[in-house]
Amino acid sequence: MLEIKNLEAGVDGKTILNGIDLSINAGEVHAIMGPNGSGKSTLAQVLAGREGYDITAGSVNYNGQDLLELGPEERVHEGFFLAFQYPVEIPGVNTTYFLRAAVNAVREHHGKEELDAVGFLKLMREKIELLELDESLLKRSVNEGFSGGEKKRAEILQMALLDPKFAVLDETDSGLDIDALKIVANGVNQLRRKDNAQLVITHYQRLLDYIVPDHVHVLVDGRIVKSGTKELALELEERGYDWITAVQAA
Amino acid sequence: MVASAQNCEDVDRLLAVLPESDAAGRARFAELGFPASHDEDWRFTPIKPITELDFTAAEADVSASFEGCAFTEIDGPRLVFVNGHFSEGLSQIGNLPAGVEVRNLTASDLLMSHETGDAFAALTAATFTGGPFISAADNVEFEIPVRVYYLSTGSEGATANVRGYISAGANSKLTVLESWTGTQADYFNNGFTELHVADNAHVEHLKFQDEHAGAFHVGAVHATMGRDAHMAHHSIALGGRIARNNLRAHLNGTGVEAVFNGLYLPRTGQLIDHHMVVNHAQPYCNSHEYFNGILDDDARAVFHGRIHVHKGADKTDAKQTNKNLLLSDNATVNTKPQLEIYADDVKCTHGATIGHMNDEQIFYLRARGLNEVTARHMIMHAFAGEIVERIECIPAREELDLLVWKRLEEGGDK
Ligand SMILES: Nc1ncnc2c1ncn2[C@@H]1O[C@H](COP(=O)(O)OP(=O)(O)O)[C@@H](O)[C@H]1O
Ligand SMILES: [Mg+2]
Repeated sequence: MLEIKNLEAGVDGKTILNGIDLSINAGEVHAIMGPNGSGKSTLAQVLAGREGYDITAGSVNYNGQDLLELGPEERVHEGFFLAFQYPVEIPGVNTTYFLRAAVNAVREHHGKEELDAVGFLKLMREKIELLELDESLLKRSVNEGFSGGEKKRAEILQMALLDPKFAVLDETDSGLDIDALKIVANGVNQLRRKDNAQLVITHYQRLLDYIVPDHVHVLVDGRIVKSGTKELALELEERGYDWITAVQAA
Repeated sequence: MVASAQNCEDVDRLLAVLPESDAAGRARFAELGFPASHDEDWRFTPIKPITELDFTAAEADVSASFEGCAFTEIDGPRLVFVNGHFSEGLSQIGNLPAGVEVRNLTASDLLMSHETGDAFAALTAATFTGGPFISAADNVEFEIPVRVYYLSTGSEGATANVRGYISAGANSKLTVLESWTGTQADYFNNGFTELHVADNAHVEHLKFQDEHAGAFHVGAVHATMGRDAHMAHHSIALGGRIARNNLRAHLNGTGVEAVFNGLYLPRTGQLIDHHMVVNHAQPYCNSHEYFNGILDDDARAVFHGRIHVHKGADKTDAKQTNKNLLLSDNATVNTKPQLEIYADDVKCTHGATIGHMNDEQIFYLRARGLNEVTARHMIMHAFAGEIVERIECIPAREELDLLVWKRLEEGGDK
């Protein structure tokens, strides 16, 4: 599904990603863990097509396509999705209107007819229930005045609506209390299928109790320094990131 | 101060072509002259393109059409002025309830004299050829909007002076929708509307201005408000090479709620100027001023907003914001929000922002599958929508929302 080879990227001559290799197959859930500032969000943003990063080496193959050649919206049309660590507030743009435009943009790309207001509302009601979101949020501007937890849940609502093939979740757990975390994890798990894949980025092991990964990778200084199974996450929780950095240095 | 020789010559040239009218008013205009280029109130808006016009008197024209006008789908009485002259044929007044008057005005209708306002105001008092007279008597709530069309077909310095009178009696209700459009460049429309809102009356006054992009427009609204009056003025300004809006509000009773709400979308080569002074003369009044502008290419905009809280106007609550979204590095905004406070225990805030399109917002929308053009339009539309959504008259609001969206889609596709 996704094959990242020797990916190097940076900003203004400063290297942030230092040669990343990562291969993810359909049906798999991968987790990336790492200390703050290790480049987790940069990887997510580069995969999503954020401008402003210089990609100095490497490639990303996504279902046979060169992902880095596609514009951000084209990636979404091809089934890519990023749940942002910091969802952006857009005052004045109504959430329902925005969500319907997003769903219809993807449908249009696949030659499907537009969902009208009624059809869309039906779809949304289903998904909103799954995430136990308050329907009144949809009448507000995109993310404006949402609490931290509401923003994260709204991201997963968007994911549910767009039904991606490959989703990156960037610290979707941060700022959530345990109940909200369970709801979000449950939502994500329900979207899991044999023909899609997820890359879950997190700082803490906690989320991985609920979204159980097949593979865990540790990112330090823009490099994957260790990969393993879900037990690696537990070990990191116990011993901290210093342990792994020390092993690296030795 | 003595006006320059050139100024006197321009004034004489203009008065020579305009119809015979009130001598005192003409004298007043001649005495004031056009604003000088160093006049503080005209610092950022060049006056020369207007004073250098080869003035002629705008003439009546029976061939005018409603193309490009707003509010044509709304029912109700309408007054139509073509090149400043009342058009009986195009106007439709119909049956009005008792206490409501809608007609062309005459000199004897005016309350404000030629002493009120600047030279342009004096010019209208002295030389107007027509204008709307709209009134609701005490306790008459007229729910149907009254529409006023100003159609311009002139060119080459054709000058029209119009004078409007809108009056809402105590406890009355009135909605007036104005539409200004034109078909040729280089005409000059100079309008002045006096707006009287009596005690506890409710007035919504909307001015949609989409003059020809090569035309000149000076329009004033002078409003007086009595106790517990509720007044909303909306200025949706899209047209004109130079379009100047002089807004003056006098909150003369306690408990007034006044809203001044404006949106300007100048295109390349255009300058749109709002010059507003809100006078709080009595305690316990609220005034809110919201002005948003979106500018592309080398478009220019000027905003001057002064809130003057007079002595004794305690407990005033006044809030003023001016927000500008620049789509190009060549666009210019001069904004000058001002507060002058001589009362106690007031709550007054003002703020102005000038910014570019937010890249993070654009990226977020693209990361949800929307293309860049759509993403930009959505954000512009939201910015304009903040203003449009304050319009209370629903059909007018819906129409302007579409119209503004269309305008934003025409430009800014970069
Ligand atoms: N746009 C940017 N401009 C400058 N520095 C950046 C930018 N994005 C990320 N960085 C830097 O790159 C490093 C990695 O950041 P980030 O990817 O956000 O880490 P993480 O998500 O793992 O906490 C940090 O030192 C951060 O300051
Ligand atoms: Mg991060």
